[in-house]
Amino acid sequence: MTTPPLLDAHLVADRGAFHLDLRLRIGAGEVVALLGPNGAGKTTALRALAGLDPLSAGHLTLGGADLDRPDRRVWTPPERRPVGVVFQDYLLFPHLSALDNVAFGPRRRGADRRTARARAQGWLDRVGLGEQARRRPRQLSGGQAQRVALARALAVEPTLLLLDEPLAALDARTRLDTRAELQHHLGAHPGATLLVTHDPLDALVLADRLVIVEQGRVVQEGDAATVTARPRTDYVARLVGLNLHRGHADGHAVTVGGLTLTTADTVRGEAFVAFPPAAVALHPNRPDGSPRNVWPATVTGVQRHGDNLRVQLAGPVAVAADVTPAAAAHLGLRPGQPVWAAVKAAETRAYPA
Amino acid sequence: MTRPARRRQRVPLALLLPAGLGLLFLVLPLAGLLVRAPWTTLPRRLAQPGVLTALRLSLETATAATLLCVVLGVPLAWLLARVEFPGRRLVRALVTVPLVLPPVVGGVALLLVFGRRGLLGSWLDATFGVTLPFTTAGVVLAEAFVAMPFLVIAVEGALRGADPRYEEAAATLGAGRWTTFTRVTLPLVAPGVAAGAVLCWARALGEFGATITFAGNYPGRTQTMPLAVYLALETDVQAAIVLSLILLTVSVAILAGLRDRWVGTA
Repeated sequence: MTTPPLLDAHLVADRGAFHLDLRLRIGAGEVVALLGPNGAGKTTALRALAGLDPLSAGHLTLGGADLDRPDRRVWTPPERRPVGVVFQDYLLFPHLSALDNVAFGPRRRGADRRTARARAQGWLDRVGLGEQARRRPRQLSGGQAQRVALARALAVEPTLLLLDEPLAALDARTRLDTRAELQHHLGAHPGATLLVTHDPLDALVLADRLVIVEQGRVVQEGDAATVTARPRTDYVARLVGLNLHRGHADGHAVTVGGLTLTTADTVRGEAFVAFPPAAVALHPNRPDGSPRNVWPATVTGVQRHGDNLRVQLAGPVAVAADVTPAAAAHLGLRPGQPVWAAVKAAETRAYPA
Repeated sequence: MTRPARRRQRVPLALLLPAGLGLLFLVLPLAGLLVRAPWTTLPRRLAQPGVLTALRLSLETATAATLLCVVLGVPLAWLLARVEFPGRRLVRALVTVPLVLPPVVGGVALLLVFGRRGLLGSWLDATFGVTLPFTTAGVVLAEAFVAMPFLVIAVEGALRGADPRYEEAAATLGAGRWTTFTRVTLPLVAPGVAAGAVLCWARALGEFGATITFAGNYPGRTQTMPLAVYLALETDVQAAIVLSLILLTVSVAILAGLRDRWVGTA
């Protein structure tokens, strides 16, 4: 990025035994997803950005202004930050209509009643809820409430928009529609957007860039294509559905545990090898022929996975394999059964650790 | 699927018997009041000037005391529920003291502080020429002293039950603490405040001990209904019954009305 980012933050916070240390930069108009397992520090980061909890060190600069800088004793309370938040369960005020919920922000930030309401009506129209303006939150469906919450956060025209698991409370069908809607509105938001989620699909669809946190630290960062192709932790590998192993590479061979895998990529030194479960073929006996990575394994579990079955294998390396129900029936797969696993070099990806 | 067997709910006699006795114990005195009421002379007795004066004074002072309790008690409850400060548990214990204190003792304590020679009373008298004991304002004070814990406890309970994250949401939308309190917190706990105010009003309406000790028993000025009942009992039992009936009817009617309107879900 050539221009300085709109949000430049180094979030350091301690919550008991948990330590957060996160560097975050988001440009104008950019949507960044903060992705991580439960307890990774996503919510702590969001609360620090919103000003609901102070930082213990580091800094938070938004649009050139320091909002939180413990070393200089600078701290801006939440009500004076140009930040909008969409909370996980929306937190729409139950005693106010949809219109008054959305007008709440503009009103608090100095607009008179009429202006605030007109602006709120405009935002409700934009999210397609102009007709529901008079309804109370409890009269709205989950998807509608989500859109009101988005309108309420956007109505203060925030420099930084924060979304906390915005789709988590919705059922599968509504989630699909709302995700598409959300993508449209986030695309139109001129400020910086941070989306906190543990759902990789939300992150991949909605964000320009992914920041993956585990145990309070960034473990991987990049655009969707890079992160999905080259996961760097087990968590990310599981998210994107890849087998991931770390080992020592020597050209086209990577040694993982007691096994040497031949790869198409050339790497040296510490390296990752990744391959999809569908690339793992199972055989009752040792296959011969083409140069393949072949090793004996034991079936430890079989689960349904989409139209196929996902087979967990123990052996020199633990991997998951996807097989068709027909193949599974042919092999007579059951836990404890010995099989041979094979992966073509062309279907593996190796990259430096 | 098998349907659960329909079983008659058996209530053990050891519970049923005391429960029935308890109910009887609560209802019987009220029934006695109705049975012994001088129904034939009721209209004439109601028209007596002293009765209406006492009733009006009771309603006015109970209402004023409730207002005082709301104005002081809601912020106190908010402080207890939302702000961490050292000695919070002690403050909470202090707030509930009037609940367990015999009202007469409360009246004596009020006299010692607000009396003409009391700690604050002498200063009030010297500076503003205000004396509280044995005045209508004194009645309000005595009633508020006894009734306030009911309000504080009810409102604090409501505040603890209200999700504080609504207040955080308000803050992210640009509302300061005061605006958040008036625009978000208070509407959210309004049913709790109403319930507390109703309890508080009922307690103030029935207040006797602290009132007679601190404010005395002057007809038209400090003689509320409970005091009038007590006084009448010594001279004219029939009058005492009539006054009691009125107090009962008015309080039940108002409580029922408020309950339907404000505390509907409680």
